[in-house]
Amino acid sequence: MADRRHNYISQSVENIPPSGIRKFFDLSAGVPGIISLGVGEPDFVTPWHISEAAISSIKKGYTMYTSNYGLLELRQELSRHLDQRYSVNYDAKTEIIVTSGASEALDIAIRAVIDPGDEVIVGDPTYVAYIPCITMPGGVPVTVPTTMDDDFELKSSEIEKRITPKTKAILLGNPNNPTGAVIEKDELEKIAKLVEKHSLVVISDEIYDRLVYDGMHTCFASLPGMKERTITCGGFSKSYAMTGWRVGYVCAIPEVIEAMMKVHQYIMMCAPIMGQIGAVEALRSGEDSVQEMVEDYNRRRRVIVNGLNGIGLECHMPKGAFYAFPSIKSTGMSDDEFAQKLLRQEHVVVVPGSVFGEFGVGHVRCCYAVALPDIEEALRRIDKFVKKHT
Amino acid sequence: MKDILKALEADPRITPEKIATMTGKAVDEVKKVIEAAEKDGTIVKYKTVVNWPKAGEPEVDALIEVKVQPQKDFGFEAIAEEIYRFPEVRSAYLASGTYDLALLVTGRTMQDVAAFVTNKLSPIDGVQGTATHFLMKRYKEDGVVYGDNDGMQRLTVTP
Repeated sequence: MADRRHNYISQSVENIPPSGIRKFFDLSAGVPGIISLGVGEPDFVTPWHISEAAISSIKKGYTMYTSNYGLLELRQELSRHLDQRYSVNYDAKTEIIVTSGASEALDIAIRAVIDPGDEVIVGDPTYVAYIPCITMPGGVPVTVPTTMDDDFELKSSEIEKRITPKTKAILLGNPNNPTGAVIEKDELEKIAKLVEKHSLVVISDEIYDRLVYDGMHTCFASLPGMKERTITCGGFSKSYAMTGWRVGYVCAIPEVIEAMMKVHQYIMMCAPIMGQIGAVEALRSGEDSVQEMVEDYNRRRRVIVNGLNGIGLECHMPKGAFYAFPSIKSTGMSDDEFAQKLLRQEHVVVVPGSVFGEFGVGHVRCCYAVALPDIEEALRRIDKFVKKHT
Repeated sequence: MKDILKALEADPRITPEKIATMTGKAVDEVKKVIEAAEKDGTIVKYKTVVNWPKAGEPEVDALIEVKVQPQKDFGFEAIAEEIYRFPEVRSAYLASGTYDLALLVTGRTMQDVAAFVTNKLSPIDGVQGTATHFLMKRYKEDGVVYGDNDGMQRLTVTP
């Protein structure tokens, strides 16, 4: 008989598997001298001018709710920003909602378009929240494998094979967590053709849009005819080192915005006003800080990928985000065993790739948003560990 | 070139090989750029910032404002040189505003600094007045925040 304590828990929540990430969090607690490559956030603190703007607004008494849509000033800055960067024009008044992080944006986007039984196509490996966010409102995730041979780029041909009459949406994480893959513009154009042909909607999670090192990020909604079929999710956490502020945004055409607003207004009301004021400052004067951080990540990216390959852990050069995703198959260990033993023996945290899906098996995620000396020390320890075990 | 200099500014001990990896450039190219920058004075010197009090070595810093009489034909240059040649003067700047020279002077004790001002600086011809501000606490130097390790730690594993 099932444990009585579970009697109250809904089936849809009960069915969500325990988080592999949380397991490693527990395992790493209290381990001395730990170097963590297991994080998913910048190691920079928020640029001071952004913090200062928020502090000064609190002193002035800006501590209330904002409009459900978010501060108009912020939406206007976002509209200008997206137009300037990606030539996609979202109306500040009717086509943008400020959310509590891109996580909320993603959630309300999926809930607004998915009915029970609708299929959502999503790449594998994939960000840990995608599948639960699809299944909670009754959606059915259909995963598309991506592999190291293709630098983990999601391929339109593989998507097409999985489109059925039940397919409602494609969820793109571009750039990708955990692989760092960036879908190139020509591939996105092919995906756009499928979207058109099969009348699908794209939920495009572009939280890492500013962290692209080779070439340019393409906003999916900027492709011809795609603005009407895209819900763009983004945020300030990764670009401006503002993870704890919880500010993101979601953009779409007005009728979709109104649908998402029905959810947002009841579950969140509005994003925190301090975060929104910080975000306005970020968009107005944060560009230099973004550039500096991106240059820094880029240096670390080369060091970690070069180091991992030197150790014998094959690793493609990720084009975006701040993750390296090497294969650890040469060690003969499973990714979970590798990560657990590495943590116990060398006090280095990495996240096993299997946490991110079937096609993450045999890989580990190594975040390089970590100070360079720590990356170098982690590489020395991983080298020692691999030599000992092979 | 900027990315190579930035790497060296952050860590003067970094090897050309490491810079090459970080920047995606060839090792020889990195070496050439560094050599040229050392030669033409773009790289002024390689510096280590030491927290001397932490090493048990007492150190007193003072910011000294100096009003001087500029000299005919030389302006401030000659008198500035006369002052900045003293080894006690760690940094010297010509400043706009209510005084002319700003000096950063370091000694082992307050008496050392006071003696420097009284015996060496003030008697110089052309020095009209000084104001000595002893620095009581160092919050930040050369972009490095001191004693800033009580900040919140990141979680070790996040999605």
